[in-house]
Parts: sequence; structure tokens; C-alpha cells
Amino acid sequence: MLELREVTAGYGQFTALWDVSLRVDSGEAVAVVGPNGAGKTTLLRVISGLIAPRAGALTFDGTILTGLPAHQVVAHGIAHVPEGRRLFPMLTVADNLKMGAFLPGARSRFAESLERVYALFPVLAERRAQRAGSMSGGEQQMLAIGRALMSRPKIILLDEPSMGLAPVMVFRLFDLIRRVREEGYTILVVEQNVRQVLKLVDRAYLLEVGRIRMEGRAAELSEQDFVRKAYMGV
Amino acid sequence: MSIDPIFLVEAAVNGVLLGGVIALLALGLNLIFGVLDIVWIAYVDLVMLCMYAIYFLVTVHGWPIWAAAIVSLAVGAVLGVGVHLLIISPILTSPPINQLLATGGLLFFVQSAATLFWTTDHRSVRLSLPSWEIAGIFIPATRLIPFAISILAVIALYLFLTRTFIGTAIRAVSQDREAMSLMGASPQRIYVVTSAVGGLMAGLAGALLIFQYAVHPFFGGQFGPLTFMVCVLGGLGNMVGAFVASFIMSEVIAVGGVVMSTEMGYVIAFVIFIVMMFVRPGGILAKRQ
Repeated sequence: MLELREVTAGYGQFTALWDVSLRVDSGEAVAVVGPNGAGKTTLLRVISGLIAPRAGALTFDGTILTGLPAHQVVAHGIAHVPEGRRLFPMLTVADNLKMGAFLPGARSRFAESLERVYALFPVLAERRAQRAGSMSGGEQQMLAIGRALMSRPKIILLDEPSMGLAPVMVFRLFDLIRRVREEGYTILVVEQNVRQVLKLVDRAYLLEVGRIRMEGRAAELSEQDFVRKAYMGV
Repeated sequence: MSIDPIFLVEAAVNGVLLGGVIALLALGLNLIFGVLDIVWIAYVDLVMLCMYAIYFLVTVHGWPIWAAAIVSLAVGAVLGVGVHLLIISPILTSPPINQLLATGGLLFFVQSAATLFWTTDHRSVRLSLPSWEIAGIFIPATRLIPFAISILAVIALYLFLTRTFIGTAIRAVSQDREAMSLMGASPQRIYVVTSAVGGLMAGLAGALLIFQYAVHPFFGGQFGPLTFMVCVLGGLGNMVGAFVASFIMSEVIAVGGVVMSTEMGYVIAFVIFIVMMFVRPGGILAKRQ
């Protein structure tokens, strides 16, 4: 479904990703783990079109997306929940969800999508009139995911969903992501929280200093190995 | 020296009436700043061009004022989009100083072109409209009508920004440009719509200002600094702040003008502005640091 082939990307003089190849099949949940600064966020930003790769190819459902700007990538069914959630803090919860359905195709099915998101995250329905910026970190993350679902994507890119959340909330959040998965969405998640994320996904990649170091089925990967590599880089 | 209180009340009423049109100017400028992060220094000069359009349509071609006002709205919107596409768009990622210089350059260009084409004559549209006396205060229609229309326009702008998809998107872009592109909104499209709305407001402001003021090539100097000051006082990009600040400033100018002199009214307003910049640099409605 989603395929990256030998993608190299960076900012200015700095190269954050080197020859990264990665694949996500339809219905799969895949994780990319790795230490801070490994290039995980850059990887997602390349996929969603926020930065153009310097080399390599990006295809989605057989369409070449390489070099398309972000606002056109979304229309192909890729929703990116960015690092730090990036909600519109002064808008209400309902307006944030409305913006998620900005594209004409999503807008025409707005009511139906909204109902689904509210069913998945009932707290968002309760808080619909509240300003997004005034909610707790966990609720904000739910809103960020809900907003992404409003575009009726085929795949969701999650960047560090557990970042900055209390341990109890991290647990709940992973539970909710599992439910999103069961709804049939394909997920590509980037996480520091290796232990939790390996329980959630089918396959995982280990990214280190901009290169893929390891790849395998989550069940087969030795968690010890992955954790050690992800955090210590040894 | 004592002043008859009735004059003070009248000045206060005039301040409110002036505040409406100032609010329109400030909100237009602020809307564009909020989304694009660029101050259109030449904003009121676009208003001036719209006023010329009305002047010629009404006095030379004999159009009714309302029809000329509609043309003014269209001229404003077209100018807004034109300024964005021709001047702002190519320098969107340039350093702020270059952007400031470019819109400042536009100001000199528009002023000089207006002088060249239309000389420095002050031109006014003579409208014979009644005045009403309410409790001893004279309220001329040339002030009341622009005020009423300004308030309606502000309400319309509020509804546009809060109730429509594209209006909500405009607010969203001003909070997080990149996140909005992840929603599928082309930033350029939002910028063009914002510039058109900002231009439309300039066109409307022009149509309302011509009720009371003569148009000349340096009209921008009369209201430009004031508009910018109101925006900064309200907090750049803060629409509610700009609205409140418009009335504070117009009140100070109107009442100060009666108590002392017209010039002193402006002096006091600018002194208050400078003091407020030290006390509340983020604008009157900003949270204290």
C-alpha cells in the first residue's frame, strides 16, 4: 500500500534520512522505533509531503507521491498526526474536527465521520464546545487522532502519540489506538515507547541515525534487543 | 476654561461613530496579518484608491452612491488579490524587513501614481443627508450610516470567520499554517481568500469614509498610522483586541480633540499608545506575562 524506496531527505545541509526503504501493507500496523534524532519524525514528514525527499521514491496505492505538497498528499488518503499534536489551540474541539474534514470528499460525509469519531472518543463529544488548547494532553492526542480520521484516510501516520503523557494515559491511549486499528485503518506509528508499541503492531523497523538497522515481525523481534538498540544504540 | 458638558457628550458620541469605521480598517489589516504574518503598510492607500473610484463614479458619471459603493467593494477585493499575487506571494519566505519594504514601496507607488493621475486636489462627494437631533446632540447621517454599516460588516465578518468552513480555515491557518496544510488546505488558496476579504473590507471602508472625508493622494497618511496603531494596541492578529482598541483610540481622539484641540487629540492617543506598549506589549487583551 505504502512504499518508500531508498529515500534520502533532510533540512538544508543536514541529511536526516539515508536510503530508507519501508513498506506498509493494507490493514497492517507498523512501527518505526529508534532513539531521539534517528530521523523518525523526518520520515513521517516526507511521507505526508511536508518535506520533499532529495532522492528516492514514494508510492501509495500504486500512485507516485514523491514531491507532492502536503495538501495534495492528504487527498490520496494519508492522514498525518504530527509530533506535538499541532491542534488549533484557539478553536473548539468541534471546529478542529471540522478542519479535519476540509477536503471536499470528506466534507460531504462530515456528519457520518463525526459520529464515528465521537463513538470512538466519547470525551470529544462531551468537550465539543471547549477550546482544544485547554484540554489535557491525553484528550488533545485523542482530538489529534480524531481530526486525522475526519479526512477519511486509508492510512494514519502517528508521530510519538505517547509523548508528554502520564503513564496511565499512555496505557489508555494505546488501547484507543488499538480500537482505531480494529476499525480497519492502516497505521504507521513512530514511537519511543518501544515496549508498548511492539504489543500494538504487526511489524517494526528500527531506525538509527537516519538508516534502517533492523526489521521484522513484532512477535519475533526480541524486545530486549530492540529496546537496547533503540535507547542505547548498541 | 470650562466646556459645556453637552459638547463632551457629543464628542463621545462622535468617537463611537468614528470607531466603527476605524474598526473596519483595523480588522481588515489584522485579518491579513493574522494569516500571512505580513503587515500591509499600504492598506489604507488601497482604501484611497477605492474612494477615488467612488468619487469618479458619483461626481463624474452620476452614479448613485450605493451602486458606486458596490463597485468599490469589487475594486477592493481585486486590489487585495492583486497585491497578494503580485507583491506578497513572491516574497512570502523572505525576511520580514524585505516584506515590510515591499509593502512600504507599494505605498509610495500608489501615492505617487494617484498624484500623477488625479493631482493633489482634495475631492469630496457631496451627499445631502439629514442630521438628527437627539437630546440636544446632533447626529449627522454622514456619520451614523457609516457607523451602522461598519457594525453590520463586523458582525458579518464574525459570522464568516466562525460559521463557515473557509472562515474557520482562515482562523486555523493563523494558528498553525503547517497543520492546516495537513488538513488538505492549499495555503496559497487560503491566502488569496484572506486577501480578497481584506480587500473587500478596504473597499467597504472606502465607501464609508467618503461620506465624511475628502479623498486625496495622501489620504493613507491620515488613517494608515492610526489603523496600524489600533492593531498593535489590540495585539497584532487579535481581532477582538483590535475591535476594542478602535473604540478606545477614536474616543481619545474625539474627546481629546474637543477638550484641547484636534491635533492634541492625536497627540494624546499616540502617548497612550506608547505607554501601553511598555505596560502591555502584547496588546490590551493579552495575558500578563
